[in-house]
Amino acid sequence: MKTVKVGLGTCGISAGGEKVYQAFQDELKEHPDAFVLKETGCIGMCYREVLVEVSNGSGTGYTYGEVTPDRVGRIVEDDLLGHQAIDEWIVGGDTEEGYFENQKRIVLRNCGVIDPGSIDEYIASGGYEALKKTLTEMTPEDVITEVETSGLRGRGGGGFPTGTKWKFTRGAKGDKKYIICNADEGDPGAFMDRSILEGDPSAVLEGMAIAGYAVGADEAYVYCRAEYPKAIARLRQAIAQAKKKGFLGDKIFGSDFSFNIKIKEGAGAFVCGEETALIHSIEGLRGMPRFRPPFPAQSGLWGKPTNINNVETFANVPWIILNGGSAYAAFGTENSKGTKVFAMAGKIRRSGLVEVPMGISINDIIFDICGGIIDDKRFKAVQMGGPSGGCIPAEMCDTKIDYQQINKTGAIMGSGGLVVMDETTCMVDVAKFFLTFTQSESCGKCTFCRIGTKRMLEILERICDGQGTMEDLANLEELSNQIIEASLCGLGQTAPNPVLTTLKYFRHEYEAHIKEKKCPAHVCPALLTYTINDDCTGCTVCAKACPTDAITGEKKELHVVHQDKCIKCGKCFTVCRFDAVVKD
Amino acid sequence: MSSATKDNFKSFNIDLWKYDGQKGALIPLLQSAQDTYGYISEKAIDYISHVTGIASADIYGVVTFYAQFRTKPLGKYVVKVCNGTACHVNGAKMISDTIIDELNIDYEETSEDHNFSMLSVACVGCCSLAPVVVVNDETYGRLTAPKLRKILRQYKQRAKKEQQSSEGQA
Ligand SMILES: Cc1cc2nc3c(=O)[nH]c(=O)nc-3n(C[C@H](O)[C@H](O)[C@H](O)COP(=O)(O)O)c2cc1C
Ligand code: SF4
Ligand code: SF4
Ligand code: FES
Ligand code: FES
Repeated sequence: MKTVKVGLGTCGISAGGEKVYQAFQDELKEHPDAFVLKETGCIGMCYREVLVEVSNGSGTGYTYGEVTPDRVGRIVEDDLLGHQAIDEWIVGGDTEEGYFENQKRIVLRNCGVIDPGSIDEYIASGGYEALKKTLTEMTPEDVITEVETSGLRGRGGGGFPTGTKWKFTRGAKGDKKYIICNADEGDPGAFMDRSILEGDPSAVLEGMAIAGYAVGADEAYVYCRAEYPKAIARLRQAIAQAKKKGFLGDKIFGSDFSFNIKIKEGAGAFVCGEETALIHSIEGLRGMPRFRPPFPAQSGLWGKPTNINNVETFANVPWIILNGGSAYAAFGTENSKGTKVFAMAGKIRRSGLVEVPMGISINDIIFDICGGIIDDKRFKAVQMGGPSGGCIPAEMCDTKIDYQQINKTGAIMGSGGLVVMDETTCMVDVAKFFLTFTQSESCGKCTFCRIGTKRMLEILERICDGQGTMEDLANLEELSNQIIEASLCGLGQTAPNPVLTTLKYFRHEYEAHIKEKKCPAHVCPALLTYTINDDCTGCTVCAKACPTDAITGEKKELHVVHQDKCIKCGKCFTVCRFDAVVKD
Repeated sequence: MSSATKDNFKSFNIDLWKYDGQKGALIPLLQSAQDTYGYISEKAIDYISHVTGIASADIYGVVTFYAQFRTKPLGKYVVKVCNGTACHVNGAKMISDTIIDELNIDYEETSEDHNFSMLSVACVGCCSLAPVVVVNDETYGRLTAPKLRKILRQYKQRAKKEQQSSEGQA
């Protein structure tokens, strides 16, 4: 019998996945023996949602893209009952050339494959084997050595070697130790951790338990943002199921090792992703960072040694234990081993989740895997690392995915948000966007982070409004350096990066705003001129919408914008149904 | 047990009652208060202070620190505009302009009839559908200004109907 799996990750649900699922369920009532219905997490091809995979008993299958409830009837009729696949709806083949061939799935091994609500499916795909091996065949030191051999580095942004961190926590003195999984995912353009938690929550829990054994901790927390209700529900379910099976709880696999995991919901502050702030938040305090050292490995939660890692870091661990550290280290470059998951977004054809071996170039990801730029526009830059990261210009995108190489450009690897920008993106506006974010998220403890980012934002706003001067550029650089030096935590220390990298690579765009009073990408409202072209039908909608009566014209005749009255609000542009209003 | 009664067991009062001095309980209690009442009232802060012994001023400090907590009730329909990076470069500004124009409210505001509130959120996890708006639990993606206007007008009508029918009952 065929199995039907509906992708119900967050983006699948947003695209209408639950309605598709419901439609299959309704069909099932009429044809109870036609197929087995299941759900799964993010398959990765978010750009073709809703995705439905059909597989036969032997496990081979194919995936339908852009499925709507209306299409379900025909899928059931032709394919599931009639055994005739509907070729024109299938994704893959020519349209998706290069998408899978260039990826390597370690972290995402189960995402979009298994039902994340079923621990049995996780077990069937090798789940909890690694924990069993750890507890029955390995000493904590063996585990740490294996992780060191793998070369795994923290995927939360800092890139600190994971094995070394575990060694520190193991070596720290203390009667009680904690493991924390950082699932705060603060980068506003990223969704890797969320997709992993929604698609394969047990892998993260298993990784945490292995870490617990290695460092000598018996209690753990997952700190997950409250904005991720589905991920939290999945985690709760996976914890409950693991306890029932005896994979979590007391004396796991008959050993002396006990391990319990609790969930803490974050309360919406970006700075709480910083490890010391996160710990304060779990303790019920305001989530403000504190000076390090002592590092959490020495004194963390409630003052006890605490090992904190990112979701993706933990999700790698079971694979490393089962396949060996050297198998992991076989992928990648000299100092960046294994794979990295990226959330691809922006002006890219195939947006979604990809996992690639370290060492491939940014261009390979954008063009070979993700199919290039939407509408064949000119590729301008990628932004990596979110508010802490920077923009890499198209000319430099032969840069390899490697911690050092990316740092050289002024950007950072970050946690995996990769936003692609084309000629219609204004780089000054992008810098302003990130600074608006960091400025409002600064916890306010450090004067430079609090006031300095505010000054910088004011300058950027001035430039976007056409009021900037060339001196402003020098001031931006100077303020940046002061903030970097005088801030306590990573938020302040990295907040200027988006500004510095755009100043470095796109200075001409800043200058165009200042000297020519033009926004080359036609984004900054104050620098646009609105005019009406021949497509105008004289429908009068724009004239009615204009708040300053800057548009005149008789009914059914060409309308005109009077520039002296126009305040550039853009209303006419949004209301015109004939694309007759032009901004330049 | 029906699901309705089950939900009641999750309510704020029960959580308060179950509090037995465990560490780090303040934020979960505040979350529970907000889940139950939609916002955190002064009364709720008083209760929590009374039960946990944490000073009201300290609780207030925590409430104002975290973006999630609000001290005023929200409208019936909460329109959340995604201002994540992908949505920003794909026209989130056009989205918020349209909402401001159509509903006459700005970010962090609630309409006078309490039907609508507008909030800003960072990446809701479906960047491939950018620009994105979430109304209560329903997500709308690949929006254009006309498409969004149509959606908002449907909600306005719905709100109006609901109001009429509840007035009819009264
Ligand atoms: C402002 C700020 C925000 C951060 N946000 C996150 C986050 O959302 N998720 C995360 O895993 N790490 C985040 N980090 C990094 C953490 O402090 C910490 O280094 C990380 O969780 C360690 O795990 P790893 O070694 O596995 O990367 C953030 C750091 C700073 C300074
Ligand atoms: S650098 Fe900014 S966010 Fe970090 S502790 Fe200082 S003020 Fe707070
Ligand atoms: S941009 Fe605004 S002010 Fe200018 S013509 Fe259009 S509607 Fe009028
Ligand atoms: S969430 Fe559906 S493929 Fe990504
Ligand atoms: S940025 Fe809007 S959904 Fe990701």
